[in-house]
Amino acid sequence: MRMTKIITAAAISLLALSSAAYAAGDAKKGKVAFEKNGCWQCHGYQGQGGVAGPVLQRTQLPYEALNNFVRETSGAMPPFSKKILSDGDLEDIYAYLQSIPAPADPKTIKLLNP
Amino acid sequence: MSEDTAKDGPNRRKFLTGAAIAGVAPAIATPAAAQGAAPRQVPSALPPTVTQIAAETGTPGEINRLGGKPGSDFMVDVMKTLDFKYTPSNCASSFRALHESLINYGENKAPEYLSCMHEESGVGMAHGYFKITGKPLMTMVHGTVGLQHATMAIYNAYCDRVPVIIIGGNDMDAATRPPGVPTFHSAQDINAIVRDYTKWDDTPTTLQAFAQTMVRGYKIAMTPPYGPVSISLDAGLQQEPIAAGKNLYIPKFTMPSPPAGEMGAVKDAARMLVNAENPVIVADRAARTPKGVGLLVELAELLQCSVVDQGNRMNFPNMHHLARPLGAVAQADVIMGLELSDFWGVVNTYTDNGVHGIGINGTRAKATAKLISISSVELLTKSNYQDFQRFQSVDISMPADAEATLPALIEAVKSELTADRKNAIAQRGERAKKVREDIRARELAAASLAWDASPISTARMCMELYAQIKDLDWSLVASEGNVSNWPNRLWKMDKHHHWLGRSGGYGVGYGAPASVGAALANRDLGRFSVSIQSDGDLMFAPGVLWTAAKHKIPMLSIMHNNRAWHQEVMHIQRMASFRNRPSNYGGDDGPVGTMIQNPDVEYHKLAESMGWWAKGPIKDPAQLGPAIREAIAVVKSGQPALLNVWTQPR
Ligand code: HEC
Repeated sequence: MRMTKIITAAAISLLALSSAAYAAGDAKKGKVAFEKNGCWQCHGYQGQGGVAGPVLQRTQLPYEALNNFVRETSGAMPPFSKKILSDGDLEDIYAYLQSIPAPADPKTIKLLNP
Repeated sequence: MSEDTAKDGPNRRKFLTGAAIAGVAPAIATPAAAQGAAPRQVPSALPPTVTQIAAETGTPGEINRLGGKPGSDFMVDVMKTLDFKYTPSNCASSFRALHESLINYGENKAPEYLSCMHEESGVGMAHGYFKITGKPLMTMVHGTVGLQHATMAIYNAYCDRVPVIIIGGNDMDAATRPPGVPTFHSAQDINAIVRDYTKWDDTPTTLQAFAQTMVRGYKIAMTPPYGPVSISLDAGLQQEPIAAGKNLYIPKFTMPSPPAGEMGAVKDAARMLVNAENPVIVADRAARTPKGVGLLVELAELLQCSVVDQGNRMNFPNMHHLARPLGAVAQADVIMGLELSDFWGVVNTYTDNGVHGIGINGTRAKATAKLISISSVELLTKSNYQDFQRFQSVDISMPADAEATLPALIEAVKSELTADRKNAIAQRGERAKKVREDIRARELAAASLAWDASPISTARMCMELYAQIKDLDWSLVASEGNVSNWPNRLWKMDKHHHWLGRSGGYGVGYGAPASVGAALANRDLGRFSVSIQSDGDLMFAPGVLWTAAKHKIPMLSIMHNNRAWHQEVMHIQRMASFRNRPSNYGGDDGPVGTMIQNPDVEYHKLAESMGWWAKGPIKDPAQLGPAIREAIAVVKSGQPALLNVWTQPR
């Protein structure tokens, strides 16, 4: 149910919003903010995800949808209000997540094809 | 204190006095003196006395200051009939007589004494050993303080349905026991410490009763649901001699057959499963033995139904086309739970922290889904500890051992199958094969993320390891500290010993000793043991590393060193966020009190200091493969090896 809400929000944002809001983000500062605010704990230092949180690197969510989610969340993730994480820092985090290079095709990684 | 002991002969207290006298009369020949201990210096002018001549030249006569066979020798006779191969223990005065009998009278064989540095290690080793062999070990503990050390490991074994025989020494006679320390270490009822999470306990007061207690205890521990049993052993009973003319006997042990489901319920369940459109089997400790895996595969293939392996044992081959993650229950119209530790949690969800700081319950399965439960744990429910989890109503409830019930269930399913149903079931199987391929592709894509990251991604670490062990007869003896379940997601696990499950009670500190115990069992079977060892888990009782080196137990321990008690890192962050305030990191990378850094623990040096080959810290993923290669060569030579790998949090 919660996920539906998030996904709907994401879809609406995709249609309605431009990417101007996060273009301002600074990926370098975003990496620091990602670590300082504890996002790494559940999502991994590169937002690679795992049992404790989903993948964030190169998220498909537009910035506004991500911002909405981080402020409200689903309960499975603790919310981060503006008081503890500013919009500026979150924009930087977004830029950091977008800056992480795409992984190699798993078919080309020898160890993943045992 | 006992009617078995000699009334007139030298008793325990006289024995103590006798020992003191012997101490000031060194001229009495002892075997040690006869074997060349330096004779006392005497002036050359004096001729040796008759006693001295006898001491140096004569054959020492038989002396038995006890006046008969010690009670603890008989105890060893009893233990030998039960065929314990090892006894991992930490030495203590309250079982000194039994200890002495085991190593001298019993020749330190069956059981062989293994030196442990902590009682939790002894129990944890027995826990891991059982999961490989299906045979329990006994461990001896000091009745009060030692048993107190052992408690968490006993709780884990209890929750994990693993038999361990715990012998606690206790000097019970308040009138004769030594005052001071031994009295601090005595109690009226040591078993009270662990009664809530042992299957049974006893305090035999005679040797004959001991024999019955030991055999009965073993039988109770080995009747599903298995569990730990605690026996309090009076120090006097151990030390005193058997009374002359006493005819002690050892009861015969017969392995109990496990309780199977009642046939009516079995047939009802079969009917429900065969006629379901989308039945799902969820297994947790279903494969009690390796045979259970084959039975579950047979049943699943008959039904071509999804199987969710919750992983407290290796129940089902993880690459099988019917293997599924838990989400599969959402589509089910019939869900059969086999030895589930938490059926409620299978069909429901719980989201931590709703708006008011209280969790939110939700449903995972359809409200119309019919539920079948086969679980032996229902035959053993205690009140205090909450391992029975939330109550879940089911439609068919069989308080019975799942593995023992499967053969009858398989036959019942076969006789329910009509041509129509066979056809529908075959089609379901074809669809399942396609879904399985998609799951595999998604898992591989997820594993490729952060592949070159430093600290090293848990997926990369697991696959670097797998590449080098997959062609060996390997056994993942413990995987503590959560590596996002990569081994279960990506390694091919089809043998019972490929995956041993978790601790049971989630008491942290299980991984290190259980892996050593399982590696001991694997050593005897010629199998290669590997453990994914987390930092927090190791530090509770790292002395077990020494036990592994001392007793030449080869294993590869690869550390998931994320430098934190990471579960707690996330918990504190969660609390802080919900309370709308930043978390205080106090100069570390995470909340105060949750990080294991500043200074970093040099686990490779710790292991090296206790006789392991070790290397680290390894932070660059490119260095990991070559280090694993070196470590494997060391393990193959018979030595344990540890790699301290800096990893991503999960
Ligand atoms: C305590 C663990 C935890 C922490 C800390 C945490 N998250 Fe999450 N996050 C989660 C979980 C769990 C989910 C999945 C929620 C769900 O599916 O309902 C999630 C989901 C998300 C999502 C939605 C992803 C999607 O594709 O739907 C975003 C965005 C996100 N987190 C960003 C962040 C950021 C930014 C931070 C740091 C400021 C952060 N998270 C810190 C646990 C955490």
